[in-house]
Amino acid sequence: MSKQINVALIGNPNTGKTSVFNALTGLNQKVGNYPGITVEKKEGICKLPRGVKAHIIDLPGTYSLNASSLDENVVIELLLNKNDKDFPDIAVVVSDVENLKRNLLLFTQIKDLEIPTLLVINMADRMRYKGISLDIEYLEEQLQTKIALISTRKNEGIDYLKSLITNFKDLSITPCLNASEIDTEYFDSLRKAFPNQLLYKLWLVITQDVNFGKTTRNEIEAVANFKTKSKADLKRLQQKETIKRYQFINNVLKKGQTIDVSQAKDLRTKLDRVLTHKVWGYLIFVIILLTIFQAIYDWSSVPMDFIDGIFASLSEWTKDMLPKGAFTNLLAEGIIPGLGGIVIFIPQIAFLFLFIAILEESGYMSRVVFLMDRIMRRFGLSGKSVVPLISGTACAIPAIMATRNIESWKERLITILVTPFTTCSARLPVYLIIIALVIPEGRVLGLSYQALTLMLLYLIGFGTAVFSAYLLNKILKIKSKTFFVVEMPNYKLPLFKNVVLTVIEKTKSFVFGAGKIILAISIVLWFLASYGPGDEFNDAENIVTIANSSENLTEEELQQKIASHKLEHSFIGITGRAIEPAIRPLGYDWKIGIAIVSSFAAREVFVGTLATIYSVGNDDEDTIKNRMAGEVNPILGGPLFTFASGISLLLFYAFAMQCMSTLAIVKKETNSWKWPTLQLVIMTAIAYITALIAFQFLK
Amino acid sequence: MQDTLAHLKRGEHAVITDVSSIHIPLKLLEMGCLPGNSVELVQVAPFADPMYLNINGSHLAIRKETASHILIEKVTHE
Repeated sequence: MSKQINVALIGNPNTGKTSVFNALTGLNQKVGNYPGITVEKKEGICKLPRGVKAHIIDLPGTYSLNASSLDENVVIELLLNKNDKDFPDIAVVVSDVENLKRNLLLFTQIKDLEIPTLLVINMADRMRYKGISLDIEYLEEQLQTKIALISTRKNEGIDYLKSLITNFKDLSITPCLNASEIDTEYFDSLRKAFPNQLLYKLWLVITQDVNFGKTTRNEIEAVANFKTKSKADLKRLQQKETIKRYQFINNVLKKGQTIDVSQAKDLRTKLDRVLTHKVWGYLIFVIILLTIFQAIYDWSSVPMDFIDGIFASLSEWTKDMLPKGAFTNLLAEGIIPGLGGIVIFIPQIAFLFLFIAILEESGYMSRVVFLMDRIMRRFGLSGKSVVPLISGTACAIPAIMATRNIESWKERLITILVTPFTTCSARLPVYLIIIALVIPEGRVLGLSYQALTLMLLYLIGFGTAVFSAYLLNKILKIKSKTFFVVEMPNYKLPLFKNVVLTVIEKTKSFVFGAGKIILAISIVLWFLASYGPGDEFNDAENIVTIANSSENLTEEELQQKIASHKLEHSFIGITGRAIEPAIRPLGYDWKIGIAIVSSFAAREVFVGTLATIYSVGNDDEDTIKNRMAGEVNPILGGPLFTFASGISLLLFYAFAMQCMSTLAIVKKETNSWKWPTLQLVIMTAIAYITALIAFQFLK
Repeated sequence: MQDTLAHLKRGEHAVITDVSSIHIPLKLLEMGCLPGNSVELVQVAPFADPMYLNINGSHLAIRKETASHILIEKVTHE
């Protein structure tokens, strides 16, 4: 095997680092997780001239080597650990031509680590618009590096970049400034105490709150002849260091960069005047939201129906083609519908990620964060919580992953905890069928009662999310940094390639991540519903045939009765009967109980379960609806689905935490079982109590 | 009393004179919020919070509370 060059892509957020990564690796990339944490690890392979290959890691965006988040820790951990298998042979710092000054801060820090470093200046195509010109030769000399001026949008300069990577051994490893001058005495004593260590590395280990250097830090503190400084003193030194670096950068750029302001075209100012306006800003935001909802519900219904149809016929086909037996049933009734339950969400998820990718790539999302921060803060949330709360209406799973860029742990945790209250798409099928059953068809002010009920349920979801955030903010005693800094990047036309790759990769991670859980649950459910103890289950055919022998039933009707009898005495049926006393006060019978229990795996299972229980062979909603309308309340008599029990069910589904996948992702993101458990218990308790009150009042 | 960044009005320019390093996250300093650098208030959200700033060419938004720990001297634009 030929030797691979390890390349680390490092850069500020919004510099187009990921575009550079995509340009270098194309589809040769994979996304995983760093061990033990949920930070995404993007890596790929790039073919270089002369048969050399480069292994490229796209490190999370960071403004400096002083980490303030989990994502940023990853960068330092890798760069300080020479033994890591991914330790870079070359560090490629990606910068953006319009923010060169700020981007160079990180560059000078990386140079201090004495790793071969090259500088990429991206978005070169914008130089003319902004009247910027650069003296590359001078900059290369001052910064002790090679510079690749590229444009990922125009696909220019990529080959030159590749050739620089190939010849990484020619790059200088000399730092471009001497940062230790900020406190010569201190750094001298540090150097004396650890003659074999890199000075800047020691400094980083001392100043970070990161867990990476526990051992190294203890070593430092154990050395007797070295005096550490107080936290406040260290911070003052860090500030001095930053000033020092900026002085150097300012001096370099004074000669190396000229900006002709008269040439600059300022699109940003014009757009921001409207998009962040006190009135227009909010109005435009609402219009964009409505468009997204429309797309997610309307446009995705066609492919969803299509997928639904394919899986239904696949099930049928399996049953017809394979020999009868337990395995065929497991395949046709457990695994295939289970898989269908994952795949059917792909259009919605893809649409959602498409819109979010466009909003983020274009720079608009930061404006929303800016507009909403003050309002959200009243409820203990951050402006950055808006993104998850919007995504939550499609699915809570990606929404919870989207909380990562919230700086304050408390605000982030609250956002994670309340997001599942928003009305996700899995609640829709349940809402629709029950509304159709119990809400009358009349109209008020031109709006149908049924549509109003649905709208009300959405409002209840949002309202509860915001209200419980308010309560959590009062209850939770978590001390965390509460600062809020959001960069307002330039507006950009989203790059098609980036958007498509993001959508594919996120959808894939949803399907495989959440999919595994949904699949496992559906298999377990199938077993519980298909097997049961005792004669009542195993001898169901005889029992039902004898009991109905006097009636003239068609073969089909008889089969339905047998299936229904079996289900009643299967493991899941027994469970349903066991919990019946608990749910009777809410107005439900044991069959609804089963549907509720099984939909703790995923809400949308509810309709499917009821369909099976009411022995309706197909998925036709009208048939299920008619069957449901015909159900009789075993105790009170009269129809089972009344206004009272219907409202009670709607409220139960609005509040209950019935989604294994969400719990799994909350566990992953909070790294503890405490929060998902609390979520499950509290949300279900709220659901139970409101449903109880609603039924008892309305019956 | 000296002006802080929180007193800046929309469209006004200023120079940062001092930052209280205990209250200001390092990240903000690294984004260019340092003594000597120029700052302009680009836009404010309702209730003047958060504030959308152009500091030394970097565009960013911070909360008013944070801004009140950054001392400035207003510059009258010619």
